[in-house]
Amino acid sequence: MKKYIDQGKNDTRSGYGAGMTELGRTNPNVVVLCADLIGSLKINQFIEENPDRFFQIGIAEANMMGIAAGLTIGGKIPFTGTFANFSTGRVYDQIRQSIAYSDKNVKICASHAGLTLGEDGATHQILEDIGLMKMLPGMTVINPCDYNQTKAATIAIAEYEGPVYLRFGRPKVANFTPADQKFEIGKALMLNEGTDVTIVATGHLVWEALIAAENLESQGISAEVINIHTIKPLDEEAVLKSVKKTGCIVTAEEHNHLGGLGESIARVLATKHPTPQEFVATNDTFGESGTPEQLMEKYGLNNKAITQAVLNVIKRK
Amino acid sequence: MPTLQQLEDLTRQTRRDIIRMVHKVNSGHPGGSLGCTEFLVSLYNEVMDLKDGFDMNGVGEDLFFLSNGHISPVFYSVLARRGYFPVAELNTFRLINSRLQGHPTTHEGLPGVRIASGSLGQGMSVAIGAALAKKLNNDSHLVYSLHGDGELQEGQNWEAIMYAAGNKVDNLITTIDLNGQQIDGSTDDVLPMGDLRAKFEAFGWEVMDIEEGNNLEAVVKGMKEAKSRTGKGKPICVLLHTIMGNGVDFMMHTHAWHGKAPNDEQLAIGLEQNAETLGDY
Repeated sequence: MKKYIDQGKNDTRSGYGAGMTELGRTNPNVVVLCADLIGSLKINQFIEENPDRFFQIGIAEANMMGIAAGLTIGGKIPFTGTFANFSTGRVYDQIRQSIAYSDKNVKICASHAGLTLGEDGATHQILEDIGLMKMLPGMTVINPCDYNQTKAATIAIAEYEGPVYLRFGRPKVANFTPADQKFEIGKALMLNEGTDVTIVATGHLVWEALIAAENLESQGISAEVINIHTIKPLDEEAVLKSVKKTGCIVTAEEHNHLGGLGESIARVLATKHPTPQEFVATNDTFGESGTPEQLMEKYGLNNKAITQAVLNVIKRK
Repeated sequence: MPTLQQLEDLTRQTRRDIIRMVHKVNSGHPGGSLGCTEFLVSLYNEVMDLKDGFDMNGVGEDLFFLSNGHISPVFYSVLARRGYFPVAELNTFRLINSRLQGHPTTHEGLPGVRIASGSLGQGMSVAIGAALAKKLNNDSHLVYSLHGDGELQEGQNWEAIMYAAGNKVDNLITTIDLNGQQIDGSTDDVLPMGDLRAKFEAFGWEVMDIEEGNNLEAVVKGMKEAKSRTGKGKPICVLLHTIMGNGVDFMMHTHAWHGKAPNDEQLAIGLEQNAETLGDY
């Protein structure tokens, strides 16, 4: 199996910050908004270099979304920043009317998504945001897997015209994708070719999927691993091509199984190529306090859970 | 520069457009529309500095944002008669496949509209964003917005009010349509908002009243005064005292016509009270 090397653990939110720093230097239309979370979003460098293009909104996320929509009128490309929970559920109607329905070129950048936010607990650990955002007509939804990919995605969405939801996280995780990658919105990445099962993962679960594939290889199971960093628009072709070869699929995400990546893939498979599928996702539940590792273990979102899901789905072929 | 007579003719014709539009589809919001007719006619034909044609970014011209999107009939009539789209298109208001949706939207590409509105309380934030973009672009033009008084019950407004003053957004003129009515009754009965002037002032805004919000001369004079107060470190709030349903006697001074269309007989009375001036669509 193809080997992936962790170049040194880093947080995806720092990838966002690094992407913003680069955009600050290369794209004069990019502006950054933040709701009292500069340090959490790692945007200090952008602010230091571009004080006129930074807007501190205060703890007022609804106002932030509206101001971002207004800034596009005049040709600016606003990037909003706060935790994923406050980037979506808290301001859903503002996003729906002032950004999505109004076709505004706003980039909604959301840190601390999912259980890996950790000790703060369920009030801050949104597991419904992918569903909320993918349901909005015209909204692009991206969940990159590591530092390098988050940086590349941040830079790429500035070039794309239209509203985008960019989801990333808090903890330091393996950084294994190339530093010089070009991020292509909507294009799935084949990480490992296999023949017995397809594992499709997004966000922090991609690295876990690779570990699972190694475990499975030692058991004689050949797993194909695909990184779906863009949940919408979904690379249906890549998924269909793979399952036609392997005959079964496991989807893995740090999100509720209701409304997440797995459901998007199930819709494609149900209509175009019915295939046995198992979901690695949370089971219609809120999170709780704990370390990221403890939570991912308790809620079944790690390489062990993926390995078990593969064993289950292969039996259903 | 139009004469007062020309503005009066436009106002009367706009009133006719409003009641004919809502009558045809037996839906829509005539009360608030009629109350804001003098204001919007003045704004688009006398107060704002506008370019010919329409582009979304609106660099080099004044911008207007309608936050209380339900008064779309007056907005559409004023835009059409200002030349943003054919007046005949008013005939498609609220019909299927129309660019004139029940509430204004950019989604169907109607020239003159820069943001969707209808879900209340969002327009002031958008107007602030557009005003900040003007400052970044070194564009000295102004941003105007209109809000219902009942709409101020939405909390997002107060986030925006706090932000605009705190950040000296002084190229923004926000007008509150102070008609004292909302769907369920008078604003004082539904949720009393207290002294709005004192509230805006306490947040750090420059506040002025236009006591006769349905008097064209008073509105033009007041809005020009508001313009003269921009650029001095404070956002401007205009408290526009209006009469809901103004110009159609049985619709006046009541919330009953907030979202209700006249029947054939009522339409005839309303039209009789507002003689055709510029030609019906």
